[in-house]
Amino acid sequence: MEAPYIALKRPGRGAAYIERMLMKRTFQIAAAGLVAAAFVQAPAFAQEVTGAGASFPAPLYAKWASDFHKATGIKINYQSVGSGAGLKQIEAKTVDFGASDAPLKDEDLQAKGLVQFPTVIGGVIPVVNIQGIKPGELKLNGQVLGDIYLGKITRWNDPAIKAINGSLNLPDAAIAPVRRADGSGTSFLFTNYLSKVNTEWKSKVGEGTAVNWPTGAGGKGNEGVAAFVGRLPNSIGYVEYAYVKQNKMTYALLENSAGKFVSPDDVAFKAAAAGADWSKTFHQVLTDQPGDQSWPITGATFILLHKVQDKPAQAAAVFKFFDWAYTNGDKTAGDLDYVPMPATVKDAVAKLWGDIKDASGKEVAYK
Amino acid sequence: MTTSERLLQANALARTRQSKFAARNRLNKIALTLSLAAMAFGVFWLLWILFETVRLGVGGLALSIFTEMTPPPNEMGGIANAIFGSFVMVTLATFVGTPIGVMAGIYLAEYDVKGWLASVTRFVNDILLSAPSIVIGLFVYAVVVARFKSFSGLAGALALALIVIPVVIRTTENMLQLVPPALREAAYALGTPKWKVILSITLRAARAGVVTGVLLAVARIAGETAPLLFTALNNQFWTSSITEPMASLPVTIFKFAMSPYENWQQLAWAGVFLITAAVLALNILARVLTRNKL
Amino acid sequence: MSSTPLAGAPSPEHHVSSTFPASATALDLAAERGRARTAAPPPVRSGRSGPMADRLFGWAAKGAALLTLALLIGILISLLAGAWPAIAKYGLGFLTSSVWDPVQDEYGGLVMIYGTLATSAIALLIAVPVSFGIALFLTELSPAWLKRPLGIAIELLAAVPSIVYGMWGLLVFGPILATYVQQPLQSLFDGVPYLGALVSGPPVGIGILSAGIILAIMIIPFIAAVTRDVFEVTPPLLKESAYGLGATTWEVVSKVVLPYTKAGVIGGIMLGLGRALGETMAITFMIGNMNQLNSLSLFEAANSITSALANEFAEAGAGLHQAALMYLGLVLFFITFVVLTLSKLLLAQLKKGEGTKS
Repeated sequence: MEAPYIALKRPGRGAAYIERMLMKRTFQIAAAGLVAAAFVQAPAFAQEVTGAGASFPAPLYAKWASDFHKATGIKINYQSVGSGAGLKQIEAKTVDFGASDAPLKDEDLQAKGLVQFPTVIGGVIPVVNIQGIKPGELKLNGQVLGDIYLGKITRWNDPAIKAINGSLNLPDAAIAPVRRADGSGTSFLFTNYLSKVNTEWKSKVGEGTAVNWPTGAGGKGNEGVAAFVGRLPNSIGYVEYAYVKQNKMTYALLENSAGKFVSPDDVAFKAAAAGADWSKTFHQVLTDQPGDQSWPITGATFILLHKVQDKPAQAAAVFKFFDWAYTNGDKTAGDLDYVPMPATVKDAVAKLWGDIKDASGKEVAYK
Repeated sequence: MTTSERLLQANALARTRQSKFAARNRLNKIALTLSLAAMAFGVFWLLWILFETVRLGVGGLALSIFTEMTPPPNEMGGIANAIFGSFVMVTLATFVGTPIGVMAGIYLAEYDVKGWLASVTRFVNDILLSAPSIVIGLFVYAVVVARFKSFSGLAGALALALIVIPVVIRTTENMLQLVPPALREAAYALGTPKWKVILSITLRAARAGVVTGVLLAVARIAGETAPLLFTALNNQFWTSSITEPMASLPVTIFKFAMSPYENWQQLAWAGVFLITAAVLALNILARVLTRNKL
Repeated sequence: MSSTPLAGAPSPEHHVSSTFPASATALDLAAERGRARTAAPPPVRSGRSGPMADRLFGWAAKGAALLTLALLIGILISLLAGAWPAIAKYGLGFLTSSVWDPVQDEYGGLVMIYGTLATSAIALLIAVPVSFGIALFLTELSPAWLKRPLGIAIELLAAVPSIVYGMWGLLVFGPILATYVQQPLQSLFDGVPYLGALVSGPPVGIGILSAGIILAIMIIPFIAAVTRDVFEVTPPLLKESAYGLGATTWEVVSKVVLPYTKAGVIGGIMLGLGRALGETMAITFMIGNMNQLNSLSLFEAANSITSALANEFAEAGAGLHQAALMYLGLVLFFITFVVLTLSKLLLAQLKKGEGTKS
C-alpha cells in the first residue's frame, strides 16, 4: 500500500493533467460566453413581432414575412397553431396579433376588446383517395357529404353517392373519413357549410372550430389531414386549397346553392366572395353563397388585434406589414392560390386601423 | 427384488431421466431461439428506422442547412436558426438542470440515505421522471409565458431543464451509491470535511457515471417537441435573444415534415438526420467515458 | 503548488514511527523513501475550511432535494387550479363518461384514459418479452465480440427522437401494417365472436394497435438496457453453481438470475411503462385522435390523454374545455402514481418471499 503522497506521483499528473484543465477551462469559458450571448437583446432596429393562429394562411404569411423582412428588416414571426389557439393567445396578450378563419361576432369582439380584419380568401376542398378516381371526377353535395361525416353513409357504392355520380365506378369499400383533430378555422368553415346544407348535421353536431365529430380519424393541421388522406385508401378529408394543389390531391366537385357542380379554383372563390357586403361589418362567412360559379366552402381569414394597444410600436409594425402586404402582396397571394381582398375592403381596413389607439388615447401611426 | 427386476427398474429410471432431460433441453433450445428472434426483432426495427432516416435525410444535407434560415414554402433555405435555437436551449437547460440534479442526487445518496425526506423525494422523482413532457410544457406556460406575456426561448429552456433534473437525480444517486464506502471512510479518516469528501472523492469516483447520466438527459431533451410547443413557440427568423420566441429543431421538423411543400419536407428530414446523428454521437461519447475509468 | 510531487510529505521532524509496531510497515518504508527524496519542507497549508462550509453544502444539497419536491407540488397545484372548474362540475363521473363535445361544453375522460391504458398495455405486452429475450441473448448467448455492438444497437433505438417514430409510423409503418397485418387478420377472424370484434374497425394502419406497437418499439431499449445491466451484475458464482448442478441455460436464467435481479427488472419495466404513459408526439400521429369509443376493437382509432392535450390545449378556451384537459393531466399523474406504488408493493412482496421454499 503506497503512501498517499507517493500515490500522487503517477503518470498523467503532469502535462496531460494541465492539458485537461486547459480544455476544461476553455470549455467553461466558451459555454459561459455562449450563454451570455444568448442573453443579449437584439438591437432595437431589428424589431420582432409575433403572431399566431390559423394554419390556413400560414404559407402565405410566411412568404409575405420573408419578403417584408428583406424589404424593411422587420421580423414578422407568424406561427400556425390553429385558429382557436390564435384567439386564445391574442386574448392572453402573449402574441402581438392573432389569426383566425372563424370570424368573431361583433358582440364577442366588443366583449373581448378586439378588432378583426380580413386578409385573403381561400377555399376548403373535400379530397378523396379512391383507386381509379381522378381529380375532379367525384361529385358530392352537402347532404351526402354531411351524411358521410355523420357516419350514415359508410360505403363508397352507397346508392346516395351513386345517384349523383352516374356512371362513375365506385368500389364497394368502407369510407374512412378524416377530419381535423385540433381546433381549426378550416373545420369551422366546413362544419358551418354542413350545418347550412344538412339539417341533421346542424341538429346533431353543429358548427365550430372543434366539434364532437361522430366519426373519422383526426389529423393534426391541414398537413395531418392531407397526409392521412394521401396514405389511407378509400378515405375522404377536407383541406385548404393550397394543400390540394401542392400535393396534387384528388379533389371532388361540390354542388353549390345554384345547383351546379363546381370545380375549386380562384375563380370559384372570387365568385363566392363577390356577394359579400364588407361595408357594415367584417364578420362575413362566405359558405354556400349564391352564384352559378361560387364554390360552396369559401371563407376569408382574419387578423385579430386589441382595440387598445399596450405596445403601440408592435401594433405599428403589424399595420406596416399588412399595409405592405395589401399593396405588394397580391401577386404572391395569387401564386399560392389565395384570393386577395378587393380594393374597397382594403380601404375599409385602413380606416379600421385608424380606430386603434394606444393606452393614452393616441392613434397608432404606422406610415 | 430380483436382479432382473432391479435392472428393469434402473433401465426405466434411466429412460425417465433421459426423457426429462430431453424435455428440459427442448425447452432450453426453444427459449434460446426465441431470444435470438427477439434480438433480431429489435435490431430489425432499428435498422429500418435508421435506414429511412438516412435515406430521406441525406439527400437534403448541404452546407446551406447550417447557414440559411428557415425559408417560406418553395424557396431554398436552411435550418440554421433552428439548429442554433436548439443548441442554446439545450445548453441552457443542461447548465440549469445539472447542478440542481447533482446536488439533489448527492443529498439522496450521502446525507439522508434512509430518512423520510429522501424516500419521498425518490418517489416524487420517479413520478417526475415519468411525467409527460407536455404537462411540463403546460406548467411552464402557466408560470412563465402567461405571466410575462411572451413566448421565449428562456421558457423553453426552463421546460427542458425540468425534464433534465429527474434523469440526473436518478443517475447521480445510483452512481454515488456504487462508490465503495471504503473510499469515503479513508477520506474521512484523513480528516477531510464532508463536503470535500463528496466533491473531491465520491463525485470524482462516480464522475463517469454522472456524466453519462447528463449526456443521456441531453440526448432526451434534444428530441423533445411537446414542451417547446407552448413555451418557445417557433421562429421563422434568426434570433439570439432568449426573451423572444426561438426556433428549435424538433418543432421546425414537426412543422415542416407534415407540410405539402417539397423543400420543407426535405429540410425536415435533414433536421431529423442531424438530431439523430447528434444524439447517437452523445450516446457513444457517454459509452467511451464510462469505459475509461481512471 | 510546489514543484516536487511530494509537497505533502511530512517534514523530517514528524517521522511516522520508529518504535511501534516493531516491524516497519509499508507506510514507514514509503515515508522514509519520500524523506530520502525531498529536501525542502512542505508549505504550510491554510487552516481547514470550517464547519460553515459543511453546513452550507448540506443546506444546498437539501435545498436541491426540496426544490424537486416543490416542483412536483407546483405542477400538481397548477394542474389542480386549472382543472378545478371541471372537478367541481363532474367530480369522479368524469372518469366514466365518454362524451367529449366542445360545442355543447360536455366533457368526459373515459376515451382518453382507455386509450392511454390500452396502448401502454399493448406496448408492455410486446416489449417485456422481447426485452427479456434481448437481455438473455446479450448476456448468455452472444459471442463476446458481438455483445458491445448489439448492445449499442439496441440503445440506439432510444436515441431516435420520438417525433421520428411518429412520422415513420404514420408514413411508413402504418400502411404496411394495414396491408400485411390488419386486413389479413380481419378476413381471418371474420365472423368469429370475440376475436372478430377485436379486429373489427377500419384497417387503415392507425389506431390503438398501431400506436401500441410503435410505443413498444420505443420502450424496448429502456427495458432491455436495464435488464441486461442487472443480468450482468449477477454474481457468476450463483450462475456457475446452477450450471454445475446440470441446469440448462434457460433454467439458470429463469430460476436463478431472474429471481436475483427481480428488483432491477421490475424497475426497468416501470421505467418503460412510465415512458409509454407519458409519450406524446409518437402517439399523436398514430392513434387517430377520435374522441368516441365505438367498440373495443384494436383497430379503431381512439385518443390518449397526452394526445388530447397536445391537440386541443393550444386552443381550448379558458373555461370548461381547458379545465377538462387539465383534469385529464391530473388523471395521468394519478395513473403514474398508482403504477409506481403497485411496483413498489410488488417488489416488497417478492422480497418477502425470498429464501422461502418455492
